[in-house]
Amino acid sequence: MSYVLRNDALSWGRVVRTPQSVASPKFRQDLTALVAEQAGASVLPVGLQRSYGDSALNSDGSLISMVGLNRFIALDVAAKKLRAEAGITLSDLLKVIVPHGLFVSVTPGTRFVTLGGAIANDVHGKNHHRAGTIGRHVAKIGLLRGDGSRVEIGPDINNDLFAATIGGLGLTGIIEWAELSLTAIESSQLDVEIVPYGNLSEFWQLAAESSETHEHTVAWIDYSAKGPNFGRGIFSRANWSREGDLVPHDDRQRLAVPIEAPSRLLNSATINLFNRFYYASQKRSAGVQHQHYAPFFYPLDSILDWNRLYGRRGFWQYQCVVPRRTMKDSIEAIVNEITRSGQGAFLGVLKTCGNLPSPGLLSFPMEGATLALDFQNCGEPTLKLFSRLDAIVRDANGRLYAAKDGRIPKDMWLAGYPNLERFVPHVDPAFASDFWRRVAP
Amino acid sequence: MTIAAPNRSMSKIIILGALSAMAEAAARKWAEQGAHLLIAGRDRARLEDVAADLRVRGGIADIYEGDLADIDAEKSLAEMVGQLGGVDVVLLAYGVLGDQKLAETNPAEASRILAIDFTSAASWCLAVAKVLEAQRRGVLIVIGSVAGDRGRQSNYVYGAAKGGLGILVQGIAHRLAASGARAVLIKPGFVDTPMTASIPNKGLLWAKPQKVADIIVRAGMQNAPAPPVIYAPSFWRWIMYVIRFTPSFVFHRTQL
Repeated sequence: MSYVLRNDALSWGRVVRTPQSVASPKFRQDLTALVAEQAGASVLPVGLQRSYGDSALNSDGSLISMVGLNRFIALDVAAKKLRAEAGITLSDLLKVIVPHGLFVSVTPGTRFVTLGGAIANDVHGKNHHRAGTIGRHVAKIGLLRGDGSRVEIGPDINNDLFAATIGGLGLTGIIEWAELSLTAIESSQLDVEIVPYGNLSEFWQLAAESSETHEHTVAWIDYSAKGPNFGRGIFSRANWSREGDLVPHDDRQRLAVPIEAPSRLLNSATINLFNRFYYASQKRSAGVQHQHYAPFFYPLDSILDWNRLYGRRGFWQYQCVVPRRTMKDSIEAIVNEITRSGQGAFLGVLKTCGNLPSPGLLSFPMEGATLALDFQNCGEPTLKLFSRLDAIVRDANGRLYAAKDGRIPKDMWLAGYPNLERFVPHVDPAFASDFWRRVAP
Repeated sequence: MTIAAPNRSMSKIIILGALSAMAEAAARKWAEQGAHLLIAGRDRARLEDVAADLRVRGGIADIYEGDLADIDAEKSLAEMVGQLGGVDVVLLAYGVLGDQKLAETNPAEASRILAIDFTSAASWCLAVAKVLEAQRRGVLIVIGSVAGDRGRQSNYVYGAAKGGLGILVQGIAHRLAASGARAVLIKPGFVDTPMTASIPNKGLLWAKPQKVADIIVRAGMQNAPAPPVIYAPSFWRWIMYVIRFTPSFVFHRTQL
């Protein structure tokens, strides 16, 4: 019995509750049989299921959980190259490479993602304007196809299939292992500067000047601020420090949310209170500080399973990117719409993206600005707000991020990803996901 | 720039059944301390995967391919110790859960479980005891099971093998007490491993292999003597206390 029906294999947003048939292999050799066993149906490789919506679910088929395939394969410190199985988490990976003075060239806002998941979603981070997406730093991938064949793909080998697999949402086959080009660091600390800003035009100015001077930039927007405070937030920017030791993070002292909170815990009053408190506390810490990479890159990772705070109904994240030409108007319209709705939750993130292209055909970022915000699932009112936001994003020729999506209208998805036509021929017929069934052309 | 140097203890460690989830988790922790590991198991390709990982983590890893349940323990152990140039810790981690229902009707299945989990394991333990006693140092760590604490209808053949092995390890611990060497029996409760993968939706009693691995590694430390029987995690001592002392007229009404 290699596949087990589980009702705890939820995506991060916890909205969809359909039980999933899941296999949990421990060795790469097990994968061929697991794929063959599902012949006629479909499989989807998944990692830690940090995708919010339904791109890491396969209710009509089966999931192959890759988290047991978490071994290193080779590390070449001098060449700054690391090869590892796809199920290794960035957290485990960093613990080993940081003491060697190495770091991943691109990291998303949580270290609890797998290497394979990061590649399949072509994640970006606070350094997008300098480094682009993670796909730019993948040297090679070992891909297992549905027919049992194994292919190596990379920027200079089988590069069509490589382009489809970067950001390919697990639909082109199973990423068994990948080789990353790493970045050298001199210390595990960053020199972080916190700059409160009073409105959106101050944000744009800070973003423009900081992308010249700082490798990492991101901003938090206070969606509860109205009137003269509208658009205010906290800008943070950082460079790797040359001072300090190379001590990695520690996962042991973490708070945890053991059970789902009551659905009423987070409401507009508690969220407003949190946002005000957060703004005030960040404003007090304005200035330059020496900070370990863990609190800087992964602020929410200190609380295990924080997604349970949203209760039984779960939550959504809305993340869009809009092109540079009209980004100021579009972002203002979006922030305005969210603020008026009073529905936004914690930690709205705003960041400008650079122009470094990704090899991935379905890569999300584009030169411009990306905005992300969590929303408690309140049913109809939430979905209606999303439709209003969709209209602004469509007008701007922007797009939404599959990793965060659970509801995008199909025509909007098709319009947002012009390379879909080139992607589709590479989709392996043995692979599918709930997301793909919803939006496939 | 300073590099956080790992503690290069260079412990020499033999792992019998290195492909088990708990053993591999322990091996990773030992590798991160810079240990020299000899990992033994049946499947060379899988051992290679594990060994490559241990090397990146900072250990030295060699492979010993063989069916541990079916080879001359004393002779093979001598080869392994020779290859390592001594030994500090031997972890015996292999075993099969078997099919209880099948074992009740098919004597071959019952014999298979007992032969692997008790008979072969016992010969390894006795061979290791001899080596450790002679060198007057080192630790034998054996993975037992809480299933060996009381016979239960759901898994008593496996339980009998693990229970018997527990008594043997206890005896070895007694025998070695004066020598400076040690033997430790680890009794894990529910552990989320491939052996238990078919059980969905694991609850609060379930531990990750990493948690058990922490306990194994601690038990193997040369300068921190551990008790000869360790429940992993420790709350299982109290659960098994209750289970052992539940009167039969109550116990026999349960489905445990």
